[in-house]
Amino acid sequence: MKGFELHEPKTVKEAVDTLTRIGPNAKVLAGGSDLVSGVMKDWVEGSGMPIPTALVDITTIPQLKGIRAAAAGITIGANTTLTEIFESKEVTGKLPLLAQAAHSVASPLIRNYATLGGNINQRPRCWFLRGPDFDCYKKGGDFCFSVGGDNRYHAIIGGELCYIVHPSDTAAALLALNAQAKIAGPAGERMVPFDSYFVGPRENILNENVLKANEILVEVFIPNPAAGTKQTWLKLKNREVYDFALISVAAAFTAAGDVWQDGRIVLGGVAPVPYRATAIENQLKGKNIKTSIKQAAAIIRTVARPMSMNAYKVDIAQNLVERTILQGLA
Amino acid sequence: MKTIKKSRTRLEKAHISLRVNGESVEVAFAPHKTLLEVLREDMGLTGTKHGCELGECGCCAVLVDGQPVLSCLALGLAMEGREVTTVEGMADGTSLHPLQQTFAELGAAQCGYCTPGFLLTAKVLLEKDAKPSRQEIKEALSGNICRCTGYIKIYEAVELAAARMRGEQAEPAEETIYGRQ
Repeated sequence: MKGFELHEPKTVKEAVDTLTRIGPNAKVLAGGSDLVSGVMKDWVEGSGMPIPTALVDITTIPQLKGIRAAAAGITIGANTTLTEIFESKEVTGKLPLLAQAAHSVASPLIRNYATLGGNINQRPRCWFLRGPDFDCYKKGGDFCFSVGGDNRYHAIIGGELCYIVHPSDTAAALLALNAQAKIAGPAGERMVPFDSYFVGPRENILNENVLKANEILVEVFIPNPAAGTKQTWLKLKNREVYDFALISVAAAFTAAGDVWQDGRIVLGGVAPVPYRATAIENQLKGKNIKTSIKQAAAIIRTVARPMSMNAYKVDIAQNLVERTILQGLA
Repeated sequence: MKTIKKSRTRLEKAHISLRVNGESVEVAFAPHKTLLEVLREDMGLTGTKHGCELGECGCCAVLVDGQPVLSCLALGLAMEGREVTTVEGMADGTSLHPLQQTFAELGAAQCGYCTPGFLLTAKVLLEKDAKPSRQEIKEALSGNICRCTGYIKIYEAVELAAARMRGEQAEPAEETIYGRQ
């Protein structure tokens, strides 16, 4: 691994100041399971993705850790580990979807160290991005190797220029739960709903979210779901442990009997951002879920544009949506 | 409370103090090293094994403040003031930890490279739950299971150690040692 400066700020302001002073060569460090082992140790670099020369360790900021329940909802600090999230009674009680998503990440040893902020902001797993010999768009290059290469795990929806899939499980769950992110930067703090937190390659090829180089995700606020909200998480992976989602579905919805009232369906592993399937939600509105879910889930086929080796993911996405909604209803 | 460290460049060595296996120690190392490298190269604690280095195999598991984590992912610099336990710290003087004893008795290893990680993860499991089910053992050890051996004896060794730690007079089942007739 290349040498680096380590900064251990005590406050968010100090961290933002340090990031602003050093510029884009400084990166925020939390658990480090992606930044240290995935990026720095493997020398994943390019003109648009320089290996950091300085790390700002935000785990030294006490304010960023912990789960706080209030009347309007639950706030989770960015440094809260995934284990702390699914062991929290508040989260498992009110937000089982988030607890299950956090529990499905990687392995117990990684969940003990990996943080919520890191899981949301981790870089994609595309093997061309991670491979040292491919100077792809995301690294500042001018080519996407997945178009002509092995693209079995790449995007089936929303790929443009770059065909990564967003790797975060908790991000899909948070989007389904209509959560918001609190971001701190030089100009102070701002709240960004997860609806507009993630950006696709057309908007910003070098990053997957709205965070600027000198901004930090401080915490996540999840409003209390409406009474009786059904929450389900299903994640299909090649291996039960360690693996990223081949396809995942996060669903949070309300139903009167079997009739869909309101809700969100979010898919992971299909697009460069966690993909909200609004077309399926609209199709279900006011309808009997049991009789109309099959037809509604099939809408994914009209949106999907699979690549040469990943048409199988369209079938999986369709079936997994159907299964998730029916499981939530049961 | 941790003190703020001055930023360090690659040219100078980092100095931190921490507790390793119950002893206070100070160690100097190149600041980019991971905890795994510091333990093995700068402290001579080679019981912690260097496997995939990507957080995927679990060989390098150690306990930080009592929780199993992967030492290949943690930076050495982040360990200031922390309590680290490696496999060298499991035995009580000359007597092995019950888990070490049962892993040896049952031959719950193939080459043994992954064993230190299994032992430490299982130790934390048994501290939390004196009588875990087979499913709970599987889940707790799922981050250590990488691929090369059979896992049945590992599960049985954990169950046997758990029984002994509860004070039961437990012996391995005959078929565990001799196989099914």
